Amino acid sequence: MALLRDGRLTEDPYLRVPEGAPLPPGPALIDLARVLAGEVAGGRTAPLGVLLPPDAAVDVLAPWLPDLALIVLRLPGSRDGRAFTQARALREHHHFRGELRATGHVLPDHLTMLRRVGVDSIELPATADPVAFLAAARRIDIAYQPSLDGGLPLGLRRLRLETA
Amino acid sequence: MNVILAPERPAVPPHARTYRYDAIDREFLDQRIGEFGEQIARRLCGELSEDEFKPLRLMNGIYLQLHAYMYRIAIPYGVLNAAQLRQLAMIARRYDRGFGHFTTRQNIQFNWTRLEDVPEIMRALAAVDMHGIQTSGNCIRNTTTDEYAGADPEEIVDPRIYAEIIRQWSTLHPEFTWLPRKFKIAITGAPEDRVAMRIHDVGLIARRDAAGAIGFEVWAGGGLGRTPLLSARLREFLPEEELLAYLEAVLRVYNAEGERANIYRARIKILVRDQPAEFRRKVEAEFARLPRGRYRLDPAVVAGIARHFAPPPFAAATPVPLPDDPALRVWAARCVRPHRQPGHASVTISLKPIGGIPGDASAAQMEAVADLAERFSFGEIRVTHSQNLVLAHIRQADLPAVHAGLLAAGLATPNPGLVTDIIACPGMDYCALATARSIPVAQMISARAAELDRMHDLGELHLNISGCINACGQHHVGHIGILGVDKRGAESYQVTLGGEAGDQPAIGDLVGPGFAYERITDAIETILRRHLALRRQGERFIDTYRRVGIGPFKEALYGPAA
Amino acid sequence: MSAPPKPRPLTAPSVFTANRLRDGRVVWFGAGESWLEDIAAALIVAPAAADATLARARLGEARQEVIGVYAVEVAPAPEGPVPVRIREKLRLAGPSIAAVPDAWRMAS
Repeated sequence: MALLRDGRLTEDPYLRVPEGAPLPPGPALIDLARVLAGEVAGGRTAPLGVLLPPDAAVDVLAPWLPDLALIVLRLPGSRDGRAFTQARALREHHHFRGELRATGHVLPDHLTMLRRVGVDSIELPATADPVAFLAAARRIDIAYQPSLDGGLPLGLRRLRLETA
Repeated sequence: MNVILAPERPAVPPHARTYRYDAIDREFLDQRIGEFGEQIARRLCGELSEDEFKPLRLMNGIYLQLHAYMYRIAIPYGVLNAAQLRQLAMIARRYDRGFGHFTTRQNIQFNWTRLEDVPEIMRALAAVDMHGIQTSGNCIRNTTTDEYAGADPEEIVDPRIYAEIIRQWSTLHPEFTWLPRKFKIAITGAPEDRVAMRIHDVGLIARRDAAGAIGFEVWAGGGLGRTPLLSARLREFLPEEELLAYLEAVLRVYNAEGERANIYRARIKILVRDQPAEFRRKVEAEFARLPRGRYRLDPAVVAGIARHFAPPPFAAATPVPLPDDPALRVWAARCVRPHRQPGHASVTISLKPIGGIPGDASAAQMEAVADLAERFSFGEIRVTHSQNLVLAHIRQADLPAVHAGLLAAGLATPNPGLVTDIIACPGMDYCALATARSIPVAQMISARAAELDRMHDLGELHLNISGCINACGQHHVGHIGILGVDKRGAESYQVTLGGEAGDQPAIGDLVGPGFAYERITDAIETILRRHLALRRQGERFIDTYRRVGIGPFKEALYGPAA
Repeated sequence: MSAPPKPRPLTAPSVFTANRLRDGRVVWFGAGESWLEDIAAALIVAPAAADATLARARLGEARQEVIGVYAVEVAPAPEGPVPVRIREKLRLAGPSIAAVPDAWRMAS
């Protein structure tokens, strides 16, 4: 699947590992249940990513965060914003330093806000128009509240956002 | 080729206390207009499907209604200046059918807009620092406040300052733009609740502690609709600097845990009702955990916003008695209230002419109000949550002139707070969600009740009409509430009694089976007459109802119980 | 959407309505896949044919002409089909109240 990251399209290096299948040698993306069952341990050096369901409390991942390179958050519908709270909690409360990715019903109109809550990359839907996605991120660069992104203070809690 | 000229920026009345946009606010609005204009273009050529476009247009205030697109324009906490009101009048004329409708959330709606005109309308709105951002959709909506802010003699804290702070904080908030459902906040700073605080998702009462420091009583989980519920108190005194951090905590819990699958259970009120202790615990846990520094409301920011709402330059004025004009005195008894500044008063403008459409104003009437505001009230107008207008700062000496101006414009009906001051949603005549008409019912009841009121002086009586279960007319909290439903293809009107939106809030009691469109006016007359027969000296309808209960009214309507 | 809150199965002859995308105005599905403001020109179909016609009418959504296509039950009348339900009568005729745009309303 195509990834949008840092304003560019890239290939996804992670392999989505089906339930029950052994971990491949390279970057692997597994279900939450496998992480909670302890599959993270065991001296593995290749990056490991987890799929976090929209209704999961991010706190459950806390013990394994140092071993996770990637957490994939899902928008089950384009109006379901739980991933935004999950992303922000992972960054703000847990200081997660790995990659946060959004998948599912992602629209270009989500992009700026996803970045503001700490999401690094988007899985582009198969039918997506990359041009629309790339253009969307630059539209609005004034924010009325602090979030996890950086910005130049503009007075009265407003910020000039750093562009991608 | 269509050349769209940038509209001129009209001069703002210098002493009107509306938040003054600076270059940054205007740049943001320009960016937003550019973004939505592009989204409209992508929609019109098919690049965006309706499913993808719908949440975007809702976030900018565009509804699809029965006959046309409806544009809901934000009037932040109900405060307008004369230049803005004149621009709304121009928009009503040029892009609509010459009138607008003021809503129970202090916004204005235009019923006949065209999607292809919206980019131009947006530019006309931006020229007076207005927009339709977040007036719809599952986001934080217009924060509403007291229409007498800055004028009420009893006011403790001016709520507009914090309403503006909340407005800015909630504008395109990255985490709270795709909530389970809409989110409505109301704030008051006076002892009397004029904002229906208890039926909001979050209600705030601004007050001072013993040392005089400002803080907030915080309530959450109120709402009407299918499941009417009054809010519960979360905090007794939240210090000012923690306001935004605490709101963050509440919204985070709601965003994470609010029901997503079933829209009828998706408001925060369901969370608060179903797990009150757990909800409180989660909010407090989130509040304790978040980095307070990042979300701290800096007193310097409060001071910066407060400057926009400093008292206008009141003329020194001594109290002046009203001239001995009967019509003027009748009007003043309902429409004039005391002001904190000696020699001044606040005027309520009724948008409920007898037999008229509640909350509607023609373009000419809007201009008349703008003129009066400019001449007599520092160019400032407020929209009330009961769909009327207020000129907050009138010198008593000017009251006769204001009255004359209102009379000439058909805006001097002396009925605020009376039975004919009906709160009604647009209903099935306009709204795609409605199950019954509400406006003609309001008109019929207004005409009938006006007669009774003339003869018997019914006194304070709040009558609310909703055209469907969504309860935009807030019928649950009317002293008399009417809900229009569909009964086997015909309009049927259910009556509730004993609701109250203010300091003794209550959800009304259903009195019995509904009444057909042809019978509802008679039913209301029956209720009013029973009240007249039962009331004691000085009792309002709600007082009588609380004393005698629903029984006598049930009996009057349906006959003695078998 | 401007479709009714609770759509029901059709039991009477029906026409199809929608809102025009660019201006939101009410239109009716007519011959030749056209969308017209005059209901007298609307195609009337029996309940059995409704699904097939709805699919054709929905093509108007795909062509970015209209949004929110739905069926409206009608009764025949000399001047053209008349919607059976009040809501759709209002949709056809406009609001049942007279707005009074620029006239002063009477003070009480």
